[in-house]
Amino acid sequence: MQAANTNASEASVSGQHDYVTVFVGDAMFGLAIERVHDVFMPSGVTAVPLAPREIVGLINLRGRVVTALCLRRRLGLPDREPGAACMAIGLEQGAETFALVTDGVGEVLKLGAETCEPVPINLDARWRDLASAVHRLDGRLLVILDISALLAFGEAIAA
Amino acid sequence: MDDLLREFLTESAEHLDTVDAELVKFEQDPNNQVILRNIFRLVHTIKGTCGFLGLPRLETLAHAAENLMGRFRDGFPVSSASVTLILATLDRLKAILADLEAGGTEPAGSDADLIEALDAMSQMPAEEAAPAPAALVVQTLERELKPGEVSLEELERAFMEAEGPDELPPLPPLPVIPETPAPVAAAPAPAAAAPVTEKAPESKPVEMSAEAAEAAQKNRTIRVNVETLEHLMTMVSELVLTRNQLLEIARRHEDSSYKVPLQRLSHVTAELQDGVMKTRMQPIGNAWQKLPRVVRDLSAELSKGIELVMVGAETELDRQVLELIKDPLTHMVRNSADHGIESTVERIKAGKPAGGTIRLSAYHEGGTISIEIADDGRGLDLTAIRRKAVDRGIATQADLERMSDSDVAKFIFHAGFSTAQVVTSVSGRGVGMDVVKTNIESIGGMIDIATQRGQGTTFTIKIPLTLAIISALIVESAGQRYAVPQIAVRELVRIEAEGTNRVERINGAPVMRLRERLLPITSLSSLMDGDMGAAVADTPVSGFVVVAQVGRQRFGILVDEVFHTEEIVVKPMSSKLRHIPLFAGNTILGDGAVVLIVDPNGIARKVGQGVASGDASEQADEAGEAALDKATLLVFKGGGSFKAVPLSLVTRIEEIDAGKIEWLAGRPLIQYRGKLMPLVPADPAIEIRSQGSQALVVFSDGDRAMGLVVDEIVDIVEDHLDVEIVADRSDLIGSAVLRGRATDIVDVSHFLPLAYDDWARGPRAPKAKNPTLLLVDDSAFFRNLLTPVLKAAGYEVATAASAEDALRQLKSDAAISVVVADLEMPGRTGFDLVAAMRKNGGRIGDLPVIALSGQIGPESITKARALSISDLVAKFDRSGLVAALGELNTTPLDQAA
Repeated sequence: MQAANTNASEASVSGQHDYVTVFVGDAMFGLAIERVHDVFMPSGVTAVPLAPREIVGLINLRGRVVTALCLRRRLGLPDREPGAACMAIGLEQGAETFALVTDGVGEVLKLGAETCEPVPINLDARWRDLASAVHRLDGRLLVILDISALLAFGEAIAA
Repeated sequence: MDDLLREFLTESAEHLDTVDAELVKFEQDPNNQVILRNIFRLVHTIKGTCGFLGLPRLETLAHAAENLMGRFRDGFPVSSASVTLILATLDRLKAILADLEAGGTEPAGSDADLIEALDAMSQMPAEEAAPAPAALVVQTLERELKPGEVSLEELERAFMEAEGPDELPPLPPLPVIPETPAPVAAAPAPAAAAPVTEKAPESKPVEMSAEAAEAAQKNRTIRVNVETLEHLMTMVSELVLTRNQLLEIARRHEDSSYKVPLQRLSHVTAELQDGVMKTRMQPIGNAWQKLPRVVRDLSAELSKGIELVMVGAETELDRQVLELIKDPLTHMVRNSADHGIESTVERIKAGKPAGGTIRLSAYHEGGTISIEIADDGRGLDLTAIRRKAVDRGIATQADLERMSDSDVAKFIFHAGFSTAQVVTSVSGRGVGMDVVKTNIESIGGMIDIATQRGQGTTFTIKIPLTLAIISALIVESAGQRYAVPQIAVRELVRIEAEGTNRVERINGAPVMRLRERLLPITSLSSLMDGDMGAAVADTPVSGFVVVAQVGRQRFGILVDEVFHTEEIVVKPMSSKLRHIPLFAGNTILGDGAVVLIVDPNGIARKVGQGVASGDASEQADEAGEAALDKATLLVFKGGGSFKAVPLSLVTRIEEIDAGKIEWLAGRPLIQYRGKLMPLVPADPAIEIRSQGSQALVVFSDGDRAMGLVVDEIVDIVEDHLDVEIVADRSDLIGSAVLRGRATDIVDVSHFLPLAYDDWARGPRAPKAKNPTLLLVDDSAFFRNLLTPVLKAAGYEVATAASAEDALRQLKSDAAISVVVADLEMPGRTGFDLVAAMRKNGGRIGDLPVIALSGQIGPESITKARALSISDLVAKFDRSGLVAALGELNTTPLDQAA
């Protein structure tokens, strides 16, 4: 797995992990905080013709060009209403920066192994590939996304 | 690995490369003491450093090589064998260094083979036995220095001392490496001692001052880590972007208070950018450094003489680009040496100088650098390439017939495409040219081929000076902006709804008339939709066409709006998007927006696929034109006017010493290749010179040759020939406009009888036996051209301008025993004529036919065979035609007679 950024907390102290929560529709997802660099409002997206469907376009993030991909499309969900609010999460993979476009970003949760469950086997195949675990929270479930898996697409098309 | 060792590795690698190049130079110029001293010093430095760092294997080897070079310095003759041996030693040194770099320690192994050979060679005339004490002194020196860690100052001082090998004899290897065979120890002594006794006194002061100057020079340059430079470059790029953004903001605000400082910032940034760019610039000669050695080795391996001429080695380009073109260039030079240049025997047979030349040149052209690799070899065998392309299924016969020669030549860039008959160790496996092309295109470059059978091949590479910042045209299509690299843009044309600049359609494919030529057009928006068909539905009535050129392919890109050109910083495409061939990267514009950089190469390919109909028809026109109307002519000056003669008739061009012209019975002659050759002035006004040099155009046929005396050879021109026939002068066929000059086309048949009375008339004497030949060609020019040739070959010649005319003559003249027919004629073609003859049957049906064709492809060969045409000869191949007639003579002609 890719090295995390510098402000990564000592992840596995007492078996607890920090997750940034994001929303897509009704669902809530968790992203390991070590991989998250930025949270920002995406604006001025340049569409890339002929790009894989998941890619929304390119964004200028403080002088860097980042590739924006839509979490909805990645999960096989319908696009959000035009004009609806969205937030982006900056992720790094290799030397590149990606922006994961979501409906909204929530708080950071510290979760331990006691609430952690493996991914249910009856989940949609696409989701199953992207999820690494599920946490039982009060009243709702939090699906932890595997960021490397999330960013592993497009190569098949490239070949 | 410690820093000292790392430094040593970098430095030694550089030194060895220099020595490589210098040695090849030295071999050609063995008396050049400057080169020798340079080589000697470098090898000595390597050897000295090895000693200090405790690298015995390297040291012994370098030492043995140094000894041999020491002998050269003492006047030992420089032979090719000895240079080869030293080069082999350098290769071994490099291999050891590579292992050292990988493993951190010297690899195990013995170099006894090389050392023995080196010693044997350096001892050959080992008379000047030297006093041993010198070696002893060094031994103590060696022992003092070797143990313990050497401080940097000491090393520095040691280097300085080591520079003058004259005063400080080399270190004998014996104490350092136990496995070295004993006799080696004896070898260094004589070589090292000799200079001490003889040369040291006078050479010492000179060398010291030179050394001091060099040291001062060295202090002005420092080594900087490439990563540091790269980082600096990135930061400057960011600065440029920020500056652009600031300028954009300032443009929108009227507040002038920060205009002035902003201007200043802008200037400083520009200068900083220039400065940083300069640190990245290196002379292209660095990429060429290895080539003299490569060519020398190939020359020996293939036993042909090959000379490498390098022009413009000081031309600078970006280090990154340099790295990327190094391998492709080496590959292409190897290719030229192996395939391009013929064997010595072949060259002499073809009347070329025995040694081939590969010419490498580089020059700046706008924001790009052009590199040419030209050889004077055999040229590409386009016929073989065509055949191979069909065999491999890359192109169909129909495609090929529409293609121009330069497009056909480009097939060699296909993977696995090699027409070499023999796969040599050097090349011919068909790997490589495709990689070369890919590499060059990957850095936004373009490659082009010009080839002429028997004359050589020239590859032209055009690459951007730098990859980091390019000049680009910002355009808009379907509401989105794109950057088009300026390098590919030829011009801009505004679309009009009516008039000349409007878009027309051929079967839906948009085209435009641009200066009387059709330009295939593709709209950027349709390319971006990935759907070529949909967007051509409505004809655009406004917008711009960006006329782009990639290699020979010209096409128009239709866009809605053109803004301005901007220096942009190329940022690579995301790995997720790299597979899209249309984009070369992306950038951030002054207003902060991200735009995509369009890749002209990618578009060119798309245009070829999508709008093939329009494009292909254009190519077909071009190819047809070339085959039918273009002729290569030799232009010369004579009698105050420009004259030209078809190059195909010319055997050679000579510049002779006018003093050697002899006069026999009032006729000028010259001894030429062991025979007497008559000279004839091309124009009555030409005076044959009596001193200085005299230019001659030599025509020969069989063992007879004639020299046409001209004032000056001007040029070789390939042009459209539109000859106006003039009747009043028998020495001219007519006149034509070549390159904008009125030029007389000389009738060679007029001069041949002047040189030899019997050239044309002689064979006519036994008239009754001469077979009659019917020459069918629609072009009066070719009829005039070939008639003297055929007459000289011993035929009575009748001519016909069309198939109908030919059939009429065949029926009326029973003496005609052979037909030479042009295949490409308007109306009924040569094939139609032959078909009609065969159908007619009887005498006419059985006549042997030789066909002339501008393009000979497998299809025409099959067709010719079906019509039992005896031979197919290229239209300009005069000797081929005569040979084909000669073959006929043996059998069918006898039957006919």
